[in-house]
Amino acid sequence: MRIALFITCFNDTMFPETGKAVVTVLERLGHTVEFPLAQTCCGQMHFNTGYRPEALPLVRGFAEAFADYDAIVTPSASCAGMVRENHPLLAQQYGDAELRAAVAEGAPRVHEFTELLVDVLGVTDVGAYFPHRVTYHPTCHSLRGLRLGDKPLALLRAVRGIDLVELPAADSCCGFGGTFALKNAETSTAMLGDKMRNVVSTGADVVCAADNSCLMHIGGGLSRLRTGIGTLHLAEILASTQGDAR
Amino acid sequence: MSPDSGTNVVWLGSPGFPEAARTALGDPQLRRNLRKATATIRDKRLAVTGELDDWEQLREAGAATKRHTLRHLDRYLLRLEDSVTKAGGVVHWAADAAGANRIVTDLVRATGEAEVVKVKSMATQEIGLNEALEQAGIRAYETDLAELIVQLGDDRPSHILVPAIHRNRAEIREIFQREMGAWGRPAPDGLTDEPRALAEAARLHLRDKFLRAKVAVSGANFAIAETGTVGVVESEGNGRMCLTLPETLITVMGIEKVLPRWQDLEVFLQLLPRSSTGERMNPYTSTWRGVTPGDGPQAFHLVLLDNGRTATLADTVGRQALACIRCSACLNVCPVYERTGGHAYGSVYPGPIGAILTPQLVGVEHAATLPFASTLCGACYDACPVKINIPEVLTHLRAEVVEAKRAKRRVPGAEALAMKAATAVLASPRRLSVAQKAAALGGRLVSRKDVIGPLPGPLHAWTDARDTPAPPTESFRAWWQRTHPTGADS
Repeated sequence: MRIALFITCFNDTMFPETGKAVVTVLERLGHTVEFPLAQTCCGQMHFNTGYRPEALPLVRGFAEAFADYDAIVTPSASCAGMVRENHPLLAQQYGDAELRAAVAEGAPRVHEFTELLVDVLGVTDVGAYFPHRVTYHPTCHSLRGLRLGDKPLALLRAVRGIDLVELPAADSCCGFGGTFALKNAETSTAMLGDKMRNVVSTGADVVCAADNSCLMHIGGGLSRLRTGIGTLHLAEILASTQGDAR
Repeated sequence: MSPDSGTNVVWLGSPGFPEAARTALGDPQLRRNLRKATATIRDKRLAVTGELDDWEQLREAGAATKRHTLRHLDRYLLRLEDSVTKAGGVVHWAADAAGANRIVTDLVRATGEAEVVKVKSMATQEIGLNEALEQAGIRAYETDLAELIVQLGDDRPSHILVPAIHRNRAEIREIFQREMGAWGRPAPDGLTDEPRALAEAARLHLRDKFLRAKVAVSGANFAIAETGTVGVVESEGNGRMCLTLPETLITVMGIEKVLPRWQDLEVFLQLLPRSSTGERMNPYTSTWRGVTPGDGPQAFHLVLLDNGRTATLADTVGRQALACIRCSACLNVCPVYERTGGHAYGSVYPGPIGAILTPQLVGVEHAATLPFASTLCGACYDACPVKINIPEVLTHLRAEVVEAKRAKRRVPGAEALAMKAATAVLASPRRLSVAQKAAALGGRLVSRKDVIGPLPGPLHAWTDARDTPAPPTESFRAWWQRTHPTGADS
């Protein structure tokens, strides 16, 4: 199976370690990961902010960059959702027949990282070791968008040494929402405050999730308040093994 | 505003959502009230929807019935007019708020009365009926307990089901003591803020009005095209007093409330109370057909209100908002509503449903901040008993807002320019790579120990409350190219 990594523009620029972790885990499981260098961005920010025509070149670029792979894996629930749900919509609204066909064919090949592991590869124990207290925040796109269910938790539970603690009110949004955090900054901050209170109450050393964007928002608040609680994409926890310095 | 847009739906002079939200966000007491109230209803709803094996099928059936009815709305409305007329009622058609207000005012005037009692009604709030009646010298008394609190407090509703959710009982006691005397029977001496005492004060105050009123104005939860039956669902029984005691009953109903058959109520009378109050059944369900000699009101008028609904129906994505049965489940699960309360939405329709309904009723340019008042978290869609895909409509309306702005201004705004620039960078892997190097350099310039703290300028909205990691010096693609030099994948 030819697996291509869609790193997402955000992780590419801000969180390269997450991409490296995805590669590490998949290679440990015996797979080869390819990285098509023509890839850029799924256009989620444009789409969610109302700039649909501006997103179209990105839809086209995605379809071309990933045309030749059996599976496309991405460490972002929201970008996976964007490609699977909204690329077909944009192609329908603004694209030609060729793009519509390419998008319809490509969208089902896109898997969020935990989907690929659990549903496609049938793995929950990836041989990880992470001796820390961890809580998991199910991001809205993981929970209600992709309906990942307990796939992320099943993977985390199989990690050796982990002390996995439940996050109270886990299903409520952290308040990030992309440009929402800028357009409605006060409301976003109020939601962040409640999320942080719940994270702190778990006594966790690390809060993890399937989306670095939400984690940057939560982690940014936790850092400003000097809570000492770190954030990690769950791929990075799954990549950790005995002997790692973490 | 185009001629087919709704009028009065938005409150004049209301600021945009982000600004209006500040009032509630800065009021810790109000935020505690909202959190407690929404959490309580939310838990009750989850308990009574979770106990039904066929809840998902009920939702699907409700959505399908609404979809079908809206598709053939013209046919069902004419059938409704016919069946109401045959049952002895009179049907009036109102294109907008002014038209509906004129019809109701004339009908009340024709009775010679100068006061009416009202059952809680979203539609009459939407058109500003009380204010219109007041201008004509007719006093309207709200009889729903929460609406009474809002009216006596010269206030605005902030929740569909619990309009006075922003008031606590100490405030209610104070409002009753101060205002009841000016509207009728004063509050009893020594009124406490015990819920039972407050309810008793309201009961005594309202009982006078029920016994005196000759005209009532109501809304409707549904009207059945096949039979001409109109129905109101409520918890207090005050609605039933209004619907049965007066001589004349005037019902104002949005055109989307029609249902094809009596049998359809089987679905909606399960969906509504469970989603709304979290009860298996609502305490009072009143239904009536036209007039019955010697029993109840002897004159019945049904005012069918458009006020922007036909224009909404023309939008193939947005029209699903018309399926709303006003249960308010989406408000109670919305993390934004929970923090801001209802007033921030600047309309009688608050919360997620308001964010998609209001802009469509009045035209997006008149409520341009509402579609952005959401994180697109999707909790509303999961809770909606008729499966309105609110996030889908929100992003659809966001695109409409952007297009409306684009059409209006010749020079693109800052956001439009930024988005255009982002596309230019992101459409090319080479330009993205250059931008990543620039970002890493810029990040190093403003960061301390790899952390970016508070920044001046437009980014302060983000950096005021959050630290940001400085972008790493090596992007993923740079790392990949360095460690996979064959270039086989490029």
